Amino acid sequence: MKNERSFLSSFNGMGVLSSVIAVLIGLFAGLIILLLSNPSQGFAGFIIVLTGGFSDLFNLGQVLYYATPIIMTGLSVGFAGKTGLFNIGASGQFTFGMYAAILVAVRLSHLPGPILCIAALLAGLAAGALWGFVPGLLKALCNVHEVIACIMMNYIGMYLVNYLIVVTEIYDRNKNMTTSVPSRVNLPTLGLDTLFSAATTGGAVRPSSVGSGILIAVITCIFIYIILEKTKFGYELKSCGYNREAAHYAGINEKKGIMLSMAIAGGLAGLGGAMLALAGAGRGIKVVDVLVPEGFMGIPVALLAFNNPLGIIFTGFLIAYLSQSGFLLQRLAFAPEIIEIIIAIIIYFSALALLLQGVIQYFMRGKKQKMKVTAEESNGESNRGDKVPERGESQ
Amino acid sequence: MDTVIEMKGITKAFPGIIANDDISLDLRRGEIHALLGENGAGKSTLMSILFGLYQPDKGTITKNGETVSINGPNDATRFGIGMVHQHFKLVQNFTVLENIVLGMETTKRGFLHMEKARARVMELSEQYGLSINPDAFISDITVGMQQRVEILKMLYRENEILIFDEPTAVLTPQEIDDLMDIMKGLTGEGKSILFITHKLAEIKRAADRCTVLRKGCHIGTVDVASADVEQLSEMMVGRKVNLVVEKDKAKPGEVVLSVNGLCVNSKTHGKSAVNNVSFHVRSGEIVCIAGIDGNGQSELVYALTGVIPPDDGTIILDGKDISKTSVRGRSNEGMAHIPEDRHRHGLILDYDLAYNLVLQTYHTPRFQKNGFLRFKEIYEYADELIGKFDIRSGQGGKTPTRSMSGGNQQKVIVAREIDRKPKLLVAVQPTRGLDVGAIEYIHKQLIFERELGAGVLLVSLELDEVMNLSDRILVIYEGQIVADVDPKDVTLQELGLYMSGSKKNIGASSLPGKEQTNEK
Repeated sequence: MKNERSFLSSFNGMGVLSSVIAVLIGLFAGLIILLLSNPSQGFAGFIIVLTGGFSDLFNLGQVLYYATPIIMTGLSVGFAGKTGLFNIGASGQFTFGMYAAILVAVRLSHLPGPILCIAALLAGLAAGALWGFVPGLLKALCNVHEVIACIMMNYIGMYLVNYLIVVTEIYDRNKNMTTSVPSRVNLPTLGLDTLFSAATTGGAVRPSSVGSGILIAVITCIFIYIILEKTKFGYELKSCGYNREAAHYAGINEKKGIMLSMAIAGGLAGLGGAMLALAGAGRGIKVVDVLVPEGFMGIPVALLAFNNPLGIIFTGFLIAYLSQSGFLLQRLAFAPEIIEIIIAIIIYFSALALLLQGVIQYFMRGKKQKMKVTAEESNGESNRGDKVPERGESQ
Repeated sequence: MDTVIEMKGITKAFPGIIANDDISLDLRRGEIHALLGENGAGKSTLMSILFGLYQPDKGTITKNGETVSINGPNDATRFGIGMVHQHFKLVQNFTVLENIVLGMETTKRGFLHMEKARARVMELSEQYGLSINPDAFISDITVGMQQRVEILKMLYRENEILIFDEPTAVLTPQEIDDLMDIMKGLTGEGKSILFITHKLAEIKRAADRCTVLRKGCHIGTVDVASADVEQLSEMMVGRKVNLVVEKDKAKPGEVVLSVNGLCVNSKTHGKSAVNNVSFHVRSGEIVCIAGIDGNGQSELVYALTGVIPPDDGTIILDGKDISKTSVRGRSNEGMAHIPEDRHRHGLILDYDLAYNLVLQTYHTPRFQKNGFLRFKEIYEYADELIGKFDIRSGQGGKTPTRSMSGGNQQKVIVAREIDRKPKLLVAVQPTRGLDVGAIEYIHKQLIFERELGAGVLLVSLELDEVMNLSDRILVIYEGQIVADVDPKDVTLQELGLYMSGSKKNIGASSLPGKEQTNEK
C-alpha cells in the first residue's frame, strides 16, 4: 500500500475539517438570522433547514435534481482551479451549452430520441468547451487574465444566446423563453423520479424531478478525478497549476495546458447546462438580462471541496440540500431569501477555509507540541516547525 | 568591551525537532559576531527568538545585565534590536525615504512632515557612508542598494544591535566588499552586529568572534583571528570538509555543444542581452561562464535550454541543430538543466518528492502506460534516487517537497537531472544558498558527471567556485564573451578585470581548431 495513492488519501483531512467548520458556522449564523426574523418560529425553521431535504423521498429527489447542474459547474471551476486557473465563466459556458442542447433537441427532431439526446448532450459539451476555450486561448497567447476574459464571455454568452434563441427560431413568445424540448429527447429518468417520490393527499404519487443526470454528474466527477490524479495528462495540468514556470522548464507545453484546461472546464459546465435542459423538468433559457446563477454556484461548491472532484459531489449535494430546505422554509412564512443568506454565509466562510485550516493546524500543533517536546530528531533537516505550513489542495 | 546582549541556555522545540538546545551567546559592544551553521542548524530560530518572533521554552535573554522578555518585533525595536532579513521587507512602490520612515513617520498636526525625516536620513547616510538616493523607488534600485535601505531603516530607529540574516547571499562580489566595509563602519560607531552566514571566507574577513551551531546545539564560540577556515568548517559540519575540490586533469573529447552567433534581445531594454555569442563545450570538461550578475547569463541559459527562443544564431547539441527545438525536445536529446532558482523553476513544491523526481521523465514508458501514471515505478524510482543521492526525506517519496531543506531540495534537482545520464549538463549557480557540506556534495557530482563523459556548462557568480571547478573559463560581459581562459593561467584579479569589462581576450575563443593548442 505504501506506493499506492489510496482513495481516502486524496481527501485532505485538514481541508474536510475546515470545510465542515465553515458549514457549521454558516448554519449557526443562519439560526441567528431565523431567530431575528421570526423569534417564535426560529428553531422550527432551523429544524427544517437541517432536515428538510431528508424529510421525504420527494424532497431528496429534488435535492438530487438541484445538485446535478451545480456539481457540473463546481467540477468545471474545480478542474480549472486544479490547473491554476479561475474559471468564473461557468455561467456563460453553462448557458451556451444549454442553448446548444435545446437547439439540437428542437431543430433536429427528425432523429430518434436516444440519438438526439446524446447529440444534444455532445452539442452542449462542445458549446461550453468553445466558450471556455476562448479565455484559455487569450490567456495562453496574449496573457489576458482569465477572470476578465471569463466575465466578458459570460455577458457575451448571455446576450448572444438571447439573440440566437430568436434568430434560430426556438423561441416561445408566450413564455418569453426557449421552446420546450420534446419529452422523447429528455434524459431517461431510469425510474429515479418515481423512486424518489411522495404520495400526495389525494393518494396519487408525486414524482420528483430527478433523473439520470445526477448519475452522469457523479460519473463525470469520478472520471475527472482519475484524469487529474492517475494520468500523465493530469500530472501535466497540475504541474502548470502549481508552478507554471517550473512546468515550462520541465518541457511541459503550458500554453497547450491552459487552453485544454479551460476548454475542458467549459465543456463540463456546458454539459451541465445541456443536462439541465434535458432533465424534463421544463427548464429552458429565459430571455432576460440575468446571468445564470448555476454558473456562480459552482464557485462555492468547488471552494468547499478544495477543488477535489470527489469532494465536489458532496459539496454540490450539500448546497442543493440547503436550497431545497430553504424552499420548504416558506411553509413557516419565512422569506425564501433567508436560505440564500445562509448559503451566502457558508460561501463566505468557505472562502476563509484556508484561514480556518491554519487555525486548526495551530491548535493541533499546540497539542502535539505538548505531547512530544522531547521527540528526537526524526526526519533530518526537514520540518523545522517555522517553515511554511502545508497547504491544502487548493490554490 | 562590555556585553550588550546575552542569551543563556536558550531551548526551543518544535514538533519532532529541537531547533535550539541549550544555546548561549553573548554579544559585546562594537563587535561583529558571526553565527555560523548549516541550513537547519537553528540559526534562524535563535535569531527569531532574539527578535521576539518566538518565545524560548527555556533560557533567558539579558540586555545590559537586565533580564528582558521580547514578545514581538515592536519589543525588539524598543530594546534597540533591528534585523535585516534575508528577503527584504520593503514596499516596492514606495521611495527609499518613505520605506525608511515607514512606521515612524514624522508628522505635523497629523500631516506627514517628511522634511525632518529626510534631514535625519541624510545625516545618517553621511555618518555611516551609506550613500542613497532618498527619492528613488525601491523597484528601481539594485539589491545592494535595497540592503542599504534596510540598514538605514535600523539606524533610523536607533537600533544598537543589528542582526544581518545571510546578507551576502544576494550580492555581487563588489557589493559584498562594500557591505563588509559598511559593517565595520557601523561597529566603529559603537553598534553591535550579529551576522548570520554559512560562508566561511566572509567570517574570516569581517567577524571578530564566531558562534557555531550544529543540529540545534551550541558547538562553540571562537575568536576568528585564532581560528582557520578548515577548523570553522569542521565545527560547522561535524567532519572534515574538503574545501578545495580534487579533480584530475580533464580529458576533453568530442564537442557536445556548439553555439554560433547566438543573440537574444533583451525584454527590459532595447539592447541585446546576449550579443553574438559563440563557444563550444566538449564532453568530459567543465566550462564555466563567469561574470557579474545580469550580464546576459540568464538569457543565454534560457536560449540554450529552450525556455525562450533565440533571436539569431545556432545551437548544436551533439551534431544536431536544436536552435528551434522545444524544451522537451532538447531534454530528450540529452540536455539536462539545473536552473538558477530552484523554487521558481526547478521544483513544484506542492508535489511530493517522487513526483518532482520524475518531472522530466514522467512521460517515458517507464513511468506511464497508455497515459496512466505507474505509481509503483515512480515511488520505487524515488526510493532508489533517495538512496543513491543521499536525499534526506522524512517520508521517502511521499515527503512534501516544500518541507525539505534547501540543500536537500537542490539534491532532488541534481539527482533528477544527473540520473538521466545527460550529454550536456547546464548548471546555473547550483550551489547558491547552500551550506558547505551540500556545496561539496554538488561539486563532487558535477566532477563525477565530467568523469562520465558529459559536457558540463556551469554558470556561476562565485569566483571561488569558478576557479576550483572549471577546466575552461568563459567570461561574459554585457552579453558578450570577453575572455576564454584556462583557470591555471589566470589570477582572480585578472578575472575580475574581465568581468568588469576593463580587459578583453577574445580571438582564440570561437575557433575550435586553435583551441586545441590553447588547451595543451
